[in-house]
Amino acid sequence: MTVTLDHYLFLSAAVFAIGLFGALSRRGLVAVLLSIELMLNAVNITFVAFSRYLDVPGSDQVATAGQLSGQVFALFVIAVAAAEAAVALAIILAVYRTRRTTNIEDVNTMKW
Amino acid sequence: MTEETWVAIAFWVLAAGLVASALAVVLLPRILHSALALVLAFVFVAGLYVILSAEFIAAVQVIVYVGAVTVLVLFAIMMTESSQVRGSNAPNRQAWLVAVVAAGLLALIVAVLSSATWNAGTRMPDTLAGTDIVAAIGRLMLSEFFVPFEVAAVLLLLAMIGAIVIARPD
Repeated sequence: MTVTLDHYLFLSAAVFAIGLFGALSRRGLVAVLLSIELMLNAVNITFVAFSRYLDVPGSDQVATAGQLSGQVFALFVIAVAAAEAAVALAIILAVYRTRRTTNIEDVNTMKW
Repeated sequence: MTEETWVAIAFWVLAAGLVASALAVVLLPRILHSALALVLAFVFVAGLYVILSAEFIAAVQVIVYVGAVTVLVLFAIMMTESSQVRGSNAPNRQAWLVAVVAAGLLALIVAVLSSATWNAGTRMPDTLAGTDIVAAIGRLMLSEFFVPFEVAAVLLLLAMIGAIVIARPD
């Protein structure tokens, strides 16, 4: 019963789908943000899993650089996700201050 | 039992916990409980990184997500919504349609993955054994990924300033 790359990819796809469901079906701004964080984590799982399982031919040095690219990308995704969370929460606070609600269906000024 | 069996057991436990806590995030009726379930999901993902021998990413995951992002989210919840109210995390009217779309996407991804072949074995190669992964990541970030690294630094600065400007009362 070996754990293969496919196991991680299927798990990641499941978490991504759950996150997509949450992002599109919740009413609260914060809940949508939480679901998007779930989706970003699902993507990170694939990055790290690929970097672990990928068989890079060549010398040891090349193998290391190729194998660790996935981990470096996961780090960048984490950095962007943190920036996104900070800005999104500031926007949520600003919306709440002006409109007294965080219900997405009430925030429709820019809706055509 | 062999190491492989232990890894398999750890994977299935973490996978089940991750899926369960992810479902809890999107289905629990109170937004505060969703946020706490998300912490659990982050910890399970960190566990997955550990069995993928990416200990550094696991540590960053715990520090950034479980530490920083969670505190930000909890602050936002406390400062805005009546978080204990039932239905503070209510679904909208399209929930069933969205469930169909998400299930369809999952089916599509699974179908594509099932027919794909990767340049990867079914077993983890041992090329990383003995290398100092943290040092290697640091070298990669300052050589091959230097430009994205600097862009990320500027992005974090901009996000910080932007968050302060947006959230500041007039």
